[in-house]
Amino acid sequence: MEKILDIKDLHVSFTTYGGEVQAVRGVNLDLHKGETLAIVGESGCGKSVTASSIMKLIPSPPGKITKGSIHFKDQDLTKMSNKDIRKIRGVDISMIFQDPMTALNPTLTVGDQLTEGLKQHKKISSHDANEQAIEMLNLVGIPNPKERMKQHPHQFSGGMRQRIVIAMALICEPELLIADEPTTALDVTIQAQILQLFNKIQEQTGVSIILITHDLGVVAKIADRIAVMYAGKVIEVGTRREIFYNPQHPYTQGLLNSVPRLDQRGDQLIPINGTPPDLFSPPKGCPFTARCPKAMEVCENVYPVHTKLSDTQEVDCWLQDERAKKYIAT
Amino acid sequence: MLKYIVKRFFLMILTIFIIATLTFFLMNAIPGSPFNEEKTSNAVVQQNLEKHFNLDKPLPVQYVLYLKSIITFDFGPSIKQPTETVNSLLGRGFPISAELGIWTILVALISGITLGVVAALRHNKLIDYTAMTIAVLGISIPNFVLATLVIQVIAVDLKLLPAATWNSPQHMILPIIALATGPMAIIARLTRSSMLETLTQDYIKTARAKGLSPFKIVVKHALRNALMPVVTILGTLLAGVLTGTFVIEKIFAIPGMGKYFVQGINQRDYPVIMGTTVFYSTFLVMMLFLVDIMYGVLDPRIKLHKKGGE
Repeated sequence: MEKILDIKDLHVSFTTYGGEVQAVRGVNLDLHKGETLAIVGESGCGKSVTASSIMKLIPSPPGKITKGSIHFKDQDLTKMSNKDIRKIRGVDISMIFQDPMTALNPTLTVGDQLTEGLKQHKKISSHDANEQAIEMLNLVGIPNPKERMKQHPHQFSGGMRQRIVIAMALICEPELLIADEPTTALDVTIQAQILQLFNKIQEQTGVSIILITHDLGVVAKIADRIAVMYAGKVIEVGTRREIFYNPQHPYTQGLLNSVPRLDQRGDQLIPINGTPPDLFSPPKGCPFTARCPKAMEVCENVYPVHTKLSDTQEVDCWLQDERAKKYIAT
Repeated sequence: MLKYIVKRFFLMILTIFIIATLTFFLMNAIPGSPFNEEKTSNAVVQQNLEKHFNLDKPLPVQYVLYLKSIITFDFGPSIKQPTETVNSLLGRGFPISAELGIWTILVALISGITLGVVAALRHNKLIDYTAMTIAVLGISIPNFVLATLVIQVIAVDLKLLPAATWNSPQHMILPIIALATGPMAIIARLTRSSMLETLTQDYIKTARAKGLSPFKIVVKHALRNALMPVVTILGTLLAGVLTGTFVIEKIFAIPGMGKYFVQGINQRDYPVIMGTTVFYSTFLVMMLFLVDIMYGVLDPRIKLHKKGGE
């Protein structure tokens, strides 16, 4: 399948009064056409920063891409000027943010906000733009779209607003949709509907989706592949099956163990003890060492080698090393 | 909407009535009478004069006559300038005061908002600091000080513009600068802080993600939300500009309403005091009403005809 996005060795830093925070420290990711990639990890692991840097939406200053490349089709997005990146934003790559209650401008009508992207990027008459917006609202499941176009965001419920945000992101028919925790602010029943909507949209438009979340339940429903991030690095990546049934990194295993499961009633949840490392001065070895139940001496001092376990599953962990396997066996 | 306007209209009438009543009794509580200064007139002449202006009648009767004059909007002749009626004074003075006031508000709004927006967009840069220094100076210097300052520097020393009176556009520049600087500074500071807050909102991020140009993001998405606090203080600013015109008109010898108002009070020219006060308060109350209507236009969440918004 065709690769549409290829992130190589991405480093992003934020300069603060306290020093330089290395939020993303060498992320490698790729995405194929029509695929859904989920990026999971706890708060502060750099998943949102990674996603925002694809569209150059990290606040700058203080944020800065210090190293690496992001290839979208044939262009390196990190080297593009602000003017050129604006032609990509909303047209080729769209983004959906976490909170639909604040993502829409309260003073403009929904129709106005839906069509302004179209009018900005494509030569289109007001009438045609309106028609297209109504069609889009139909697709995301908003009843009476014609009347709703004239209304303001406060006249919609949270779930409806998220549908509008999705419609807004899709109206220029982008090839890549980045959804930053799109269901976190919604209640559970609405969450399921929105996830179904993502599936439906992908079927109809063939859009590739990067889904950022910390909710493994969401991931299980719609992701094709999963990348697990920790302390600014992707520590394990694999298909949904591989990550859920054959996780190799102790952090991934811990993450899955800390999720409540219906088929294991009564068992206590196993939390991952400790907190992630301070990214002002990230550890030189594996960042998970301090919390890892299987940590060895080498983990603390040297970053693990990147190991390919299958065509799709890759992991950064010393346990995959031949010597470690021998050591554990004895 | 119509219901709201009708309600507001009756409230306006009530407000004006209270102001008029207070003015009437306060005015009569001030010692002295219009004829104090005229030492030459004898008792009989004075009695005749008082009779002519209905000043010999008991206070309640005067009050009723006065209310009647408000309703018919005919305040009768001025006591001190017998050849003039109050209405003719207002008719002559108001256009000039209004011209000064409208220009002042326009200049203050346009320059204040521009300064505030630019400062917010260049936050913590040189332009920001410069704009805010100007703003702090503008707030701290009273308009009468600024007025004498600009007259001295621009009119007397540099001889660039005329120092006083109101004959041509050149004459208007100095009074407008003196009067607009304070409101401009307040608007600039307010716009800056509310713009800074608006720019961090999620919908601005959404707008950026759509690929809109920075200009469109600022003007279409940010400015409208950032201007809400400015609209809120517009009413107070209007009142400030209005009272400011009294002083500025005096300093620049502008023949506006302020001059007659101050003169009327000094000379206890009762009909003139009444007329100008009622006129000023009616004008101000109407402006405040307009400001309230503007709210609803700027922010659709504010529904004027319903209680409690949504």
